[in-house]
Amino acid sequence: MESRDYPNIGEKLYSTVLENGLRLNVVPKAGFSTCYAVFATNYGGAHRRFQLEGETIDTPAGVAHFLEHKMFDLPNGDNALNILSANGADPNAFTSSGVTCYYFQCTEGFEENLRMLLHFVSTPYFTAETVEKEQGIIAQEIMMGEDSPDSAVYYNLMEMLYAHHPVRDKVAGTVESISQITHETLYACHKAFYAPSNMALCVEGDVDPALIERIAREELGEARAPVPEADFGEEESLLPLQSLRRENMEVAAPLFLIGAKLRAEQSGEAAMRQRLLARLSLRILCGASSDFYSRLYAQGVLNRNFDYDIDFSAGTGTIIIGGESQEPEQVLRELTLEVEKVRSEGLPEADFQQAKRATLGSTLRALEDFENVCVSLAIGLFDGYCAFDSMPVLQSISRKECEDFITENLAAERLALSIIQAKAV
Amino acid sequence: MEYSRTELLPGVFLSHLRSDKFKTACMSLTLLTQLRRESAAMNALIPYVLRRGTTRYGDMEALSRRMDELYGTAIEPVVRRVGEIQCIGFYGSFPEEAYLPGGESLLPSAVGLMADMLLSPKTRGGLLLPQYVDSEKEKLLERIRSRINDKRSYSLSRCIEEMCCFEDFAVSRLGGEEEAENINYKKLTRHYRELLQTCPVELFYCGKAGMKQVAAAFREALASMPRGEIDYDLGTDIRMNAVEAQPRYVEEQMDVSQGKLVMGFRLGECMEEPDVAAIHVFNSVYGSGSTSKLFMNVREKLSLCYYASSIAYIHKGLLLVASGIEFDKFEAARDEIFAQLEAMKQGQITDEEFTAAKRCVASDLRSLTDSQGELEGFYLAQVLDGLDYGPMELAELVEDVTKEDIIRIAQSVECDMIYFLRGLDEEEMDDGEP
Repeated sequence: MESRDYPNIGEKLYSTVLENGLRLNVVPKAGFSTCYAVFATNYGGAHRRFQLEGETIDTPAGVAHFLEHKMFDLPNGDNALNILSANGADPNAFTSSGVTCYYFQCTEGFEENLRMLLHFVSTPYFTAETVEKEQGIIAQEIMMGEDSPDSAVYYNLMEMLYAHHPVRDKVAGTVESISQITHETLYACHKAFYAPSNMALCVEGDVDPALIERIAREELGEARAPVPEADFGEEESLLPLQSLRRENMEVAAPLFLIGAKLRAEQSGEAAMRQRLLARLSLRILCGASSDFYSRLYAQGVLNRNFDYDIDFSAGTGTIIIGGESQEPEQVLRELTLEVEKVRSEGLPEADFQQAKRATLGSTLRALEDFENVCVSLAIGLFDGYCAFDSMPVLQSISRKECEDFITENLAAERLALSIIQAKAV
Repeated sequence: MEYSRTELLPGVFLSHLRSDKFKTACMSLTLLTQLRRESAAMNALIPYVLRRGTTRYGDMEALSRRMDELYGTAIEPVVRRVGEIQCIGFYGSFPEEAYLPGGESLLPSAVGLMADMLLSPKTRGGLLLPQYVDSEKEKLLERIRSRINDKRSYSLSRCIEEMCCFEDFAVSRLGGEEEAENINYKKLTRHYRELLQTCPVELFYCGKAGMKQVAAAFREALASMPRGEIDYDLGTDIRMNAVEAQPRYVEEQMDVSQGKLVMGFRLGECMEEPDVAAIHVFNSVYGSGSTSKLFMNVREKLSLCYYASSIAYIHKGLLLVASGIEFDKFEAARDEIFAQLEAMKQGQITDEEFTAAKRCVASDLRSLTDSQGELEGFYLAQVLDGLDYGPMELAELVEDVTKEDIIRIAQSVECDMIYFLRGLDEEEMDDGEP
């Protein structure tokens, strides 16, 4: 395995690509009790249409998430979640639009647990009966999501922003769409997307990188047929379909999200740079030390539940800014004015330097979280960069880049506003 | 990791945990006060008002900029309750000097800034600024009201409220809406000054700096703290039995598509001399892990719910079982949750269930030592219980727990309240939307 030191963040990273195409990252951490491993596939809720052996295949919304639930079933009737838990590990999984991740953390029995993780994720076993039973469980999960204002405000925004890209649909699908899923669908998607060459294994803890490489080699099979290309449809316009949407739900204060699409860099250092640029720009524009946030906070328009994020998945890039406010439209207006100010006056150099300086603390804090580290590394492996390279790249970003990012991507016509408000009494 | 503890000023204690393994150092400052309906909202409001501005950094923007300058130091208000003790203050973290370009320690500056927030808030005529108080009061009210947004946690807190309606534990960590509405800046300033003088204060630090250095930084930063007679009379009333012979029942209706069933239990007599390790293991076998009886039976085997899990509030001697169900599964789910507890009372615990639960609890405790935030919470709770052992020692105690220990706990548990959040009836639905 190749190793590289990152003295500025105090880490050492071991990496390799196995013969079957599996990408592997290991971060040894002496002195820690916890070991964390994530086994991820570059396949998520948005990968619904793809080409396989010259044929276009359409799958119902929710297959990736359904598959995640069913992967834990083993052919001998056992359940991997129970085996790992019984062995003292804390296993779980999640599915996003872009990826599916299976992971565990444990303080003992790491080798055995890692073998089990690699084994169950690469061993599909589904029957008509177990699929039918899971439909009931997932339908409950979907219904629970329907009561969640956070989920509603987000998906309403995605529907306003995206005309047809499947990131606009709920990852879990709908009660109707999952009723179309059969065990054959699951086998086909597993075969297509769970090939080692479409997967990454990232481990952090007091472990021996060579041992992990050996276990991965022993547990995982040969390389498989090339992974199908997902078809997300025609490129979307950068403008939203709709700029305002309200829905009534049982909430105390209105929730809102302001969103905008951008042209996402697909891979390599350009992709990492764009992600860092986006976060830095948003931090300067509307972060905790920004004039915008402080002013609206002092006026009572915003509270501490205000945040910004940028989501890059399945080829898309989405800026999301929001929280709770009695006056979401005022927040949007003020944000637009702030962007106009950047257009006419530029960003103050002091703000720009200060924001860069402050990212040291947040970067180091993020590195304390094993799950965050391993999942970021896995996503970097899929998108062709190394997440540990972020500090020097961040330092090389110029003020002009931030100004251009803000004025281009947050121009008034690019924004959409999603509001969930209380029902009229 | 080495743990030590010392008294810096009258009633001001520093818990110091030396560790080389983190990239940031963490610190907290906590005022301890008895949870009571009349004062809870005021207590909860204070750290948020203090976080608005100090004499030196007069508003949030100036404070945030100062923290940016300290390479992304973060100091935020924290309000929590441990049993019936309300804990208010700040939690902060800052980069260790090894990662800084100049290599100079941020400890004195970060500790100084946190102490300034506590001791030197922005005032006028000796009073907290009315605009800060009013604005934070509105935000506190929003936070109190917004608990209905998340039905899962809302139903839990409603069950506790109903179950403990004769006890202070019914008061949420943020206090009540009515009491919050009645706060004004003069009253709040008086209360703040009183807390400064009378509350025991817990300081916590975890990082590379030694005890001496940390104690010196805090001692200097807090030197001007006015101290009076310290109120050490803090504690939690633990009710051993259910209020009535049969569990009480409360139902609430809301426009939701999934029902929430919450069952509240008293841990009972086992709280007379609580064996914390055994209670953790009992809770894990019953309902807190993914090998637990509730998960395996109520969810997996019988598909009665989307989730079913138990939470132990050891400081108050409560156990809550929370479950998300379809409305018509209420009776079936409730009966099965009872049946699983009954099985434990009868000693029906397999070796697999027992071993897995112990492993899981011990592993959680050991992995807690890898998170500064969790270490801080763990040691604060230990201090309140007058205990000084760490998570690793508790993990060892877990290894010694026997099946008999947890059967005894199961036998001591008694149901006191059943709370059910269900959807609206058909006709009410029709009235709702135009």
